[in-house]
Amino acid sequence: MSFYDYYSKYRELDVNRYFDGITDYDIQSIIDKYSINEYEFLALLSPQAEKFLEEIAQKAHQLSLQHFGKTIQLFTPMYVANYCVNKCAYCSFNAENKITRKAMTLEEVDQEARAIADTGLKHILFLTGESRTKSPVAYICEVAQILKKYFNSISIEIYPLTVDEYEQVSAAGVDGFCMYQEVYNEEVYDRVHLAGPKKDYRFRLEAPDRACQARMRSVSIGALLGLYDWRAEAFATGLHAYYLRNTYSDVEISLGVPRIRPHVGVFDEVNVVSDKNLVQILLAYRLLLPSSGITITTRESQELRDNLIPLGVTKMSAGVTTEVGGHTSSSSSDSQFEIADPRSVSEMKQAIISLGYQPVFKNWMAI
Amino acid sequence: MDKLIIGGVELRSRLFVGTGKFANDNVIPAIIETSQAQVITMALRRVDIGSKQENVMDYIPKECILLPNTSGARNAEEAVRIARLARKMGCGNWVKIEVISDNKYLLPDNQETVKATEILAGEGYVVLPYISPDLMTAKRLVDAGAAAVMPLGSPIGTNRGLRTKELVQIIIDEIDLPVVVDAGIGKPSEAAEAMEMGAQAVLVNTAIATSADPVKMAQAFALAVEAGRIAKIAKPGPESRYAQASSPLTGFLNRGAL
Repeated sequence: MSFYDYYSKYRELDVNRYFDGITDYDIQSIIDKYSINEYEFLALLSPQAEKFLEEIAQKAHQLSLQHFGKTIQLFTPMYVANYCVNKCAYCSFNAENKITRKAMTLEEVDQEARAIADTGLKHILFLTGESRTKSPVAYICEVAQILKKYFNSISIEIYPLTVDEYEQVSAAGVDGFCMYQEVYNEEVYDRVHLAGPKKDYRFRLEAPDRACQARMRSVSIGALLGLYDWRAEAFATGLHAYYLRNTYSDVEISLGVPRIRPHVGVFDEVNVVSDKNLVQILLAYRLLLPSSGITITTRESQELRDNLIPLGVTKMSAGVTTEVGGHTSSSSSDSQFEIADPRSVSEMKQAIISLGYQPVFKNWMAI
Repeated sequence: MDKLIIGGVELRSRLFVGTGKFANDNVIPAIIETSQAQVITMALRRVDIGSKQENVMDYIPKECILLPNTSGARNAEEAVRIARLARKMGCGNWVKIEVISDNKYLLPDNQETVKATEILAGEGYVVLPYISPDLMTAKRLVDAGAAAVMPLGSPIGTNRGLRTKELVQIIIDEIDLPVVVDAGIGKPSEAAEAMEMGAQAVLVNTAIATSADPVKMAQAFALAVEAGRIAKIAKPGPESRYAQASSPLTGFLNRGAL
């Protein structure tokens, strides 16, 4: 069984009809519970739960303190290549977009890595577009081997691989996997992924299963919020993380809450997700999965990011560029999307300290 | 004399403290000072020797005994590798074995813990294994060469107190090694209770780190641990289900003898 099969049990569930039956009493008693199940999680995503946002936030804060204390893990993304064979309506790297393409040479990777390491960061997430010719698995492994010299933890956000390939990259030094399903609704998925291997919904949906089977240490998932009804999408995402946590109990499961950002592209039917909606999603994730990491990236503004910290955020990016080679920038590419929080690593560090939290640079190492 | 000896070292404090979860690690020296703790645990995964960024090791006084833990290990093999790294990184030869393969309840994997203990004790480490309180596991740890056993009071980080009291008591009663109650202790009164039960020491982290005033809380724990230990030595009066009248009903029988 994979998540595809697991999820099919819930696909027929009429979320709005379920919400109709939720009362204030239900929400209150869910907040008071020690741990909650998937249906209680769904109730926390209901319109009725909005009235209780403050109470839910208090609980989420308590749970976060208990599991993580006052700490925030810092990392930065490193865009290694942006060649892409996919046509995703919402992404600047879309194969049809006329942008500057680039795949770093290994020497450039080394320089870029050194520049990032100079900021003090120890955890890195490296990204590529989907191109098995310009950024094949062998290239991913070579990049990882270089990054190992500079960083204690290496995660990848690339195209979906097979179990065997995940084992290869893991052997090369990758310990973390990150992949957003983008949108869990299969019809919308098919509509926004116009062409390319990414059209295979199931192969992407089951990628986290395969990463876990390959004994990846940490697995991070999420939906790109804005592509479809956020309540349904957040439910599917939470369900996915809940399934992974219960199925592969020794893997650290984390969640991202990316909202769609301005980009070069053709997607223009954004389902608006307000700050309040984002907060509701984040809190519901925390109550469902108290010990899971939650990442908030520079897609969000400085002010919002700072305010989200006590609600249950555990990982933040800093010193971000979404351009290939953006940290050394002699000949960088076009960017994937526009960032909203331009703070450097040292500025983020100071901001976190001034909020009464500890910025954590190292929380893993190759063993 | 009331001595606690672990790994051949006579310890002056029965309160071990952890260094995770603090808002700022610069509070750690004050925690160590007010708690009088001598054994300090830290996750090796967080240790970053020679880093430009300040890290936990900068805040632990040299005279303390470092107890690096293998947090992040999912099986015996990973725990052993982390322990060996710890020694290589200059953290001494004490190690707290923490093997967790359950990310929901964060309960330790006793079987893998026994395996890791066997290997590391054989390599000369002073091994303090963290376990779910289970007598058979504790007995196997004795055979495996553990220096102490560390059963949990309730799931880690929960501050829920001594929920496993009956099982911890059995281990205290049956095992010859020092028993250190680790995890779950949320309040000084619970630390005192563990000491009264006969635990040789307690390890506290979350309860101090997540308190509104960690330094004061560290002091409160130190006092509680000491009080609990003294009470254990002083032997509490017996408990009774009924009130004991200070003028006994059968007192008249003895009156003639006086």
